[in-house]
This record gives sequence, structure tokens and C-alpha cells, in this order.
Amino acid sequence: MKDLMQQLINGLALGSIYALIALGYTMVYGIISLINFAYGEIYMFGAFTGLILAATYKTNVVVALLGGMMLSLVLGVLIERVAYKPLRRSSRLSALISTIGVSIFLSTLMVLLKGPNTQGFPKLFENKVYAIGNFQITIYQIVIIGVAAFLMLALHLFVTYTRTGRAMRATAQDQDAAGLMGVNIDRIIATTFAIGSSLAGAAGVLAGIYFNAVQPYMGTMAGLKAFAAAVLGGIGSIPGAMLGGLMIGLLEVLSVTVNLSEYKDAFAFGILILVLLVKPSGIMGQKINKKV
Amino acid sequence: MLRLENIDVSYGRIRALQSVSLQVKEGEIVALIGANGAGKSTTLRTISGLLKPANKEGRIVFNRKHIFGSPPNSSRTASLKPHTIVQLGVSQVPEGRRVFPKMSVHENLLMGAHSRKEKPLQEDYERVFHHFPRLKERRKQLAGTLSGGEQQMLAIGRSLMSQPKLLLLDEPSMGLAPLLVEEIFHIIEDINSSGTTIMLVEQNAHLALEISDRAYVLETGRIVLEGSSQELAKNPEVRRAYLGD
Repeated sequence: MKDLMQQLINGLALGSIYALIALGYTMVYGIISLINFAYGEIYMFGAFTGLILAATYKTNVVVALLGGMMLSLVLGVLIERVAYKPLRRSSRLSALISTIGVSIFLSTLMVLLKGPNTQGFPKLFENKVYAIGNFQITIYQIVIIGVAAFLMLALHLFVTYTRTGRAMRATAQDQDAAGLMGVNIDRIIATTFAIGSSLAGAAGVLAGIYFNAVQPYMGTMAGLKAFAAAVLGGIGSIPGAMLGGLMIGLLEVLSVTVNLSEYKDAFAFGILILVLLVKPSGIMGQKINKKV
Repeated sequence: MLRLENIDVSYGRIRALQSVSLQVKEGEIVALIGANGAGKSTTLRTISGLLKPANKEGRIVFNRKHIFGSPPNSSRTASLKPHTIVQLGVSQVPEGRRVFPKMSVHENLLMGAHSRKEKPLQEDYERVFHHFPRLKERRKQLAGTLSGGEQQMLAIGRSLMSQPKLLLLDEPSMGLAPLLVEEIFHIIEDINSSGTTIMLVEQNAHLALEISDRAYVLETGRIVLEGSSQELAKNPEVRRAYLGD
């Protein structure tokens, strides 16, 4: 029981990272029905940005995190311009392939720039361990869970209460009608890419600190698991992505607890297949009514 | 107020509109009637910028401003996007109502005022509730749970929130019970007499000719007849084809 509580905390930290990436998938899907497979690589890019800021420029953790988010945001907007916007009127499949192309390009570019080896993250602050009752939580975990919770709350407030957030929801529900109301659709799409990318960038910096390991291909597996999380929660649903991320993280950690750690990746994708078979709309997703 | 000149629109290889020209003057109710697939909705979607004319010579001008095409002796071709066209004062109530189903009535109205930048005032809501008192009672309800008639009221009310000079209505009677249709058409007349110009697309030619000042008849993408609604209602061809005589 004590072990289980401990694993729940570990799972929550890991799940927070997946949830942050999954939000990007789900938001972009909600607006333009496209899976942007480059989010895993934006996460990787965010991790490297944080690493470079912390290691080369000796910044503190706040600057590394904000810097990672800002540059990832710029990268996301750039991807939208170069790889998605020209394909807006073509089939979803072309756009999907384009995002896969971007993800391969980004990881290869990073290998060229920083080499293929795993790099450690400089110690930005002391990692203390706190004992609460009979389980332990590290400062790193507190920071990860705290930052992720803060970002998700901020996103929720933004989408629910601001003018732009409302326009995003309207665009997701009916793009033409939103345009007729005066919503600048192009700008909403770019904003959505920007927000999703900055969240993935934040996840990257947090993961770099937590695992103390950054390498150019780290985004592939994390991106796919976040995708599974988004589908599990219901693609297009923001609370669904948060929930799905946490669940995939918990599941992965629990698989280690029951001595099936070699299969931990299989668990995430097994869930993906199961969801697609049993309830393709996910936990919080709505049934998709194709418009005629 | 609004002028279309020689507008062609195609969906891929299919010509939807051919050389359509029409005019709406300030204060009028102008109806566009015709059979299913004649190009009525296409015309409204083109005015709102959701579709683009295929020919560079075509022009759409609203209050001297080019929505599409180039002014005489100028080579610059305008092609405004939907969100800019709303800001000029042209608001469309699309076919099938298209309210935002997962937003409350209140939020839908707020979206209607999106083009205005500044927050809507209490009097903007009051004007909508004056025409549609039922919306006031249902302010907090999700739009997707409203009845068809209420959704149509919301769709019109939402468009009014942008304070349009010209209101484009696409099939407001579609799928509604006859009594409700009558109620909605009364309200459309009210909206017009309080100063909003209206362009109305309707399959129900009877109703459309009854409340409009002038009308155009579309057949397979071309305007085949135009004139005052009273005259058109007496025209034997119109009576045979659209009024069921």
C-alpha cells in the first residue's frame, strides 16, 4: 500500500508531462481536425532550449523554463506557417504527412547541431526529499506537478473567460460560423499552435530536469504516448487531454510496480488500441457528427 | 448599398453562379428565390467571403468599399476575408442556424458581438431580447439544447449583436412549424423597420415575396427574373414554377 501511494506520486509527475504535450495535440485537433505529430519534437526542442539556457548561459530555472516555452512558441508558429498553412485547403492526409516530415526534420537537425548523445541537465536547484506520512515526494516532483497544474489552470481560465479563448471554442465548434461572427480564423489557428507548442516546450524543460537526460530522439516516444493520452481522454477535449495524460503516466508507473517494466511502453499503446476499438471518442470526447 | 457585378463562382469544375449581378438598396428587404441548388446560398456565402468568385472581372461592393474585385482604373484586387466583411456591417445568419451548440445562449450572443472589439452594452442585449423575449429566459441554457425555432431566433439575435447595416438571412423558415415561421417573418419585418436592410434567401417563395420589396429569381446559377415582389408574384412563370399554380 505504501508502495502504491509512492508510485501514484511518481505517476502523477510523469503524467503531468504527458498531459502538457497532449494538450497541444487535442487543441489543434479540435480546431482543424489535424494531428500535429511534430509536438514530440517541439517537446525535445524545449528540453534542449532549457538545457542550453541553463548550461551555457547559466540562467536559473525560471528563465530556463520561460525561455524554453517562448522559443517553442516561436517554433510552433513557424511550423504552422511553413508546414501547415500552405496545405490548409488540401487533404488532411497531406497535412498529417507534412507534420511527420517536420518532426523527422527537427530531430535530425538537432542531431546535427548537438550530436546524438544523451546530455545531462545541470543542477538548477537542490533536489530535496520530503516525507509526508509514509511516502516521499521530491522537490523536482513538486515543481513538475505544480508547474503543470498552474499551466493547465491558466489554460482553462484563458479558454473559458477571454475573448480569444471564446473565439477558439467557437472556431472548434463551427469554423464557418465563427468566421461569420468576425473571428479571424487564420489568427486563431496560429494562436492554437502557439499555445500547444509553448506547453510542449514547458514539458520538455520539466522532463529534462526530472530525468536529467536530454537527447534528440526523446520526443518520439513521449510524443506518441501523449498522443495516446489525448485519444484516451477524447481527442479535441481539453480536460480529456489532462486526464488522459495523468492516466497514461500512472499506468506506466504502475506497470513498473507489478514488475512488468519491460512492457511499460506497450501499456500506453495497448490502451490506445483498446480505446480506438471500444470507445473511439475517448473518455470525455463527444461523438463526432460528420457535417453533410 | 450592396452591388454584385458579374459574379462567377465554381466548386471545382462545377459552375455554381454565372455572371450574377444584383443590388440591394438601403432600407429594403430583397428576396432571392429559386429551387434547391439554384445558387441562393452560394450567393450569400460569396457576399460574406466564405467563397471566392472565380473571375477577376467580378465585383462585390458594399457602401463604396470593395469586398471583392478591383475598382475601375485600379489594378489592386480586393478579396476580403469573412471577419473583415462583418466589420463593414454585413452579417449573415447561415443556413441551418449554425449556433455554437456547446455555448450558452449568452455566450452565443457575445460571439455575435465579436467583430466589434469593445464589449457589448446592456442595450445591445435588450434589443435582441426585445425581438426575441424567449432568449432572455434561456440565457444560461446551452444553445444545442434549444428547439429548432429557438435556435433560429438565437442565430438571428446573434447576428444582430454585430449591429449590422445589412443582414443576410439564409432559409430562416427551414424545418420550422408554420406558426413559428410566421412569427419569425414578423420579427424579420420588425428588424427591417427599425433600420436594418435585409437580404433574404428562401425556398418558400410565397412568404419571401410577401414580405420583400424586390426579388431576384435564380435558376441554375443565373438570375432569370427580377423586379418588384408584387409584380413577380403575379408573373405567370413565377406562379407556375415557385408558387405552385
